[in-house]
Amino acid sequence: MWSLFHKLGSPRPFYEISDRLLPILGCLTVIFLSVGTIWALGFAPPDYQQGESVRIMYVHVPSAIVAQSSYMIMAIAGAVFLIWRIKIADIALQCAAPIGASLTLLALATGAIWGKPTWGAWWVWDARLTSTLILFFLFIGVIVLRSAKEGSEAVGRATATLAVVGLVNLPVIKFSVDWWFTLHQSSSFSLTEKPSMPVEMWLPLVVMVAGFYLFFFYVWIFSVRTEILKREYRSQWVRFIHDV
Amino acid sequence: MKFGVMKPHRRRKLFLILFLLVVSGSSVGLTLMALRENINLFYSPAEIVSGTAPVNKLIRAGGMVLEDSIFRSENNLEVRFIVTDMQDSEFTIFYNGILPDLFREGQGVVARGSLNEDGVFLAEEVLAKHDENYMPPEVADVINQAHAEPSK
Repeated sequence: MWSLFHKLGSPRPFYEISDRLLPILGCLTVIFLSVGTIWALGFAPPDYQQGESVRIMYVHVPSAIVAQSSYMIMAIAGAVFLIWRIKIADIALQCAAPIGASLTLLALATGAIWGKPTWGAWWVWDARLTSTLILFFLFIGVIVLRSAKEGSEAVGRATATLAVVGLVNLPVIKFSVDWWFTLHQSSSFSLTEKPSMPVEMWLPLVVMVAGFYLFFFYVWIFSVRTEILKREYRSQWVRFIHDV
Repeated sequence: MKFGVMKPHRRRKLFLILFLLVVSGSSVGLTLMALRENINLFYSPAEIVSGTAPVNKLIRAGGMVLEDSIFRSENNLEVRFIVTDMQDSEFTIFYNGILPDLFREGQGVVARGSLNEDGVFLAEEVLAKHDENYMPPEVADVINQAHAEPSK
């Protein structure tokens, strides 16, 4: 078990293992996202109050969930880099940030589009919306800081520290709707209670969430591979693979 | 990867990171606690009634629209309704404008405006608060019928 982790920690075995994993991930992503989209847009029932605009949820909720998870993954990669100095953790951090930022932006945009007809406002400065905006700024901060000097280890450490400290924002996002009065509704799902949504609504939602996770991992691994090639282009094995 | 096998300088790093997280977490936590009043998007009916909410200042107030409390003007957009916390605090909101689609009795609202000396809230904007319950229209019909049955 640990030997697999050790293998994945160095560029070449990671590149070789992910080479076989990537096509499977890509196929699963396409299947889940297309099934989920058709199901959510075409067959899931409308809501008794929101009508058809409830379908925005099938993009909004998965993008918000996966955006927060990608921050978590990014911060863990940052901690691993700070403790063990594994280069691939720095690459993993660098590659997760743009995907997380895009997903956060998607969640904010779909939320605004849903908010206008439902609440009557595109945006309110309530705790949930503001903390999600901060999540977006954290991603942007990580991207900008990491790009200060390509491949530099000192910059990598600074970025990793920022990513780790920014973790504090995640519980704030999660519990904002319980700690304060917000306009954003509280979660429809919890570990202890039944979802406040019928099965014909949450099942396509689960498919979409899985699809978004698969999409994240596909794009993430893909860009980690690209970054490995960029950083290791001088080494023998890379020249050997891409012998033109 | 057990702590025992971790090299001392790496273990030190790990504790440093955990320490950093605890320190930044508690400082953010304390800040948020100090700002609690400001982070709340709106004042609850209890705060409006008890006088905690400032008078003649632009604030937001929220609660549930009381059943059978909506009165609309016949010749303009003026509307008056009572907002309650479902316990014993309630206050009246006056509003002149277009209400959101989701505005209805028993639904949460958040209004922006000011509270006058008589405890009446003059709203400039009314937003509907959606709750976490989702259901298809047919299910809602069935539930409504079930509610209506006993009262017959």
